[in-house]
Amino acid sequence: MAKILRMDKLNFKYPGALHRTIVDFDLQVEDGEVVILAGPSGCGKSTLLRAVNGLIPHMYSGDYSGEVTVSGAVVKDEPMRSLAQKVGFLFQNPENQIFMFSVERDIAFGLENLGVPRDEMRKRVDEAMAQLGISHLARRAPHELSDGQKQRVALAGVLAMGPGLIILDEPTSLLDPMTASELVELLDRIRREKGTTFIVVEHRLDLLVRIADRIVVMSAGRKELDGSCREVLADDRAEGYGLSIPAVVKIGNMMGPGMFRGGKSVPTASELANEVNSRAV
Amino acid sequence: MIEFKDVTFVHPTGTTALDHVSLTIGDGEALAVVGENGAGKTTLIKHITGLLKPTSGAVLVDGEDSRERTTAELSKKVGVAFQNPDHQLFSENVEEEIAFALRNFGFGEELVKQRVDWAINFFGLEEYRRSSPLTLSGGEKKRLTIACILSWDPGVVVLDEPTVGQDVIQKEKLSEIIRMLKSAGKTVIVVSHDIEFLWPMQTRVVVMSRGRVIADGPAAELMLQRETLASARVSQPQLVALYQALKNRPPAPFVHVHDARNWIAGLVK
Repeated sequence: MAKILRMDKLNFKYPGALHRTIVDFDLQVEDGEVVILAGPSGCGKSTLLRAVNGLIPHMYSGDYSGEVTVSGAVVKDEPMRSLAQKVGFLFQNPENQIFMFSVERDIAFGLENLGVPRDEMRKRVDEAMAQLGISHLARRAPHELSDGQKQRVALAGVLAMGPGLIILDEPTSLLDPMTASELVELLDRIRREKGTTFIVVEHRLDLLVRIADRIVVMSAGRKELDGSCREVLADDRAEGYGLSIPAVVKIGNMMGPGMFRGGKSVPTASELANEVNSRAV
Repeated sequence: MIEFKDVTFVHPTGTTALDHVSLTIGDGEALAVVGENGAGKTTLIKHITGLLKPTSGAVLVDGEDSRERTTAELSKKVGVAFQNPDHQLFSENVEEEIAFALRNFGFGEELVKQRVDWAINFFGLEEYRRSSPLTLSGGEKKRLTIACILSWDPGVVVLDEPTVGQDVIQKEKLSEIIRMLKSAGKTVIVVSHDIEFLWPMQTRVVVMSRGRVIADGPAAELMLQRETLASARVSQPQLVALYQALKNRPPAPFVHVHDARNWIAGLVK
């Protein structure tokens, strides 16, 4: 499989900082993977993501060494406008990302900036709205929408740019549990339909582990753990790095490997209960 | 004591955000407020601190009508850490940020210094003492807003989505703070979508939906009501869902993972 992201011995230190925020970081992500990026707060997750979407080194200066490539383009040599079509970014709070007077204008904003021809723009905006089930909101004002809808508008704006890789910063933290769970299912559908790769920063793992392939854990700028959800969640060190291990996973670990068929998927509460019911003596 | 007496709040845009809410929160009580996005949770909180005044009905804080008190007067009693720390942080550095309210409330410099030091240590912000709050990470900003509020020791502490951006270690610290505040006799109100965080605290829970309080009771009873929760787009804690799906289960739901582990270990030999 092709690697959509390669990070090779990345080091970064902000001007005036005592220590490097990113230390000798190697990472490879394959096309269509869903990767959770976790680690204690302040461990450098946001900085690492800036190095992927190009804000580092294009907008933030500092000591930079190593190499990051996204879809074959070397981030530090690639202009931002070109990177914007390769890497999309969904902020934690959609309010920071949507600001136009109508949903469709908002979604078209990035494309307008790139000077995409009108017909093409129309097509891409319509596609993105259809994909996220918000076509009926096209002419509504974004600020009138619910938080879950705003989140979808922001995501549609990102999708319309056609990036192969989308980064999400705690996308579910401001959503109620059911809206959050719908967003996670939506990401899974987009991944299946378009082959989009997602890197998701998240502390709340209960929802995301159901669709994620891998968890990468960093601490103090270094990569500490990298493996399947099953492997990382069963690792004794994971909690020490600030991961919330879902309750069913902790109990499932006790039940033995049978609980995690395929070595990857993580059980739901009802799957775990079924297993217990069937094994009870 | 905080009393909501048939409170309705209509936004200037015409949307009803609180719809005949009646609620009494006793001194020293710990309360969790859950419900869908836009249910009116934050509007509820803003009424306690007087940032919003009811369109009809009344909010009484220690018997005083919120309409007859300024927000400054009420904030001394009610400290609120809002959802978005960026709306709350503005000082030049972390130390100044914490000292700001303390000086405003007229604390002496010696006490200000003591309280600032306490808050910085307690929340692990030592290395940022002289950094601009705006350079902190999301999780650190959140902790700073909570530190600011606890520094002036209000009787009522309100935390709006405190776990956003917090890793598990910080979350544990937060539950510890909530327990500590409770044992110090404070009233603690936590608004959160993070049901897994709320569950082990076993507080009273208020479920809001579309501006109304649709359920109110102890967590151990309320979280069993899957349908009621679902109507406010809240899901059950994993331990509760697991508990209810077991054929052979103890009389009360599992509060902690080890409760479930011990029970299941007894079932599955």
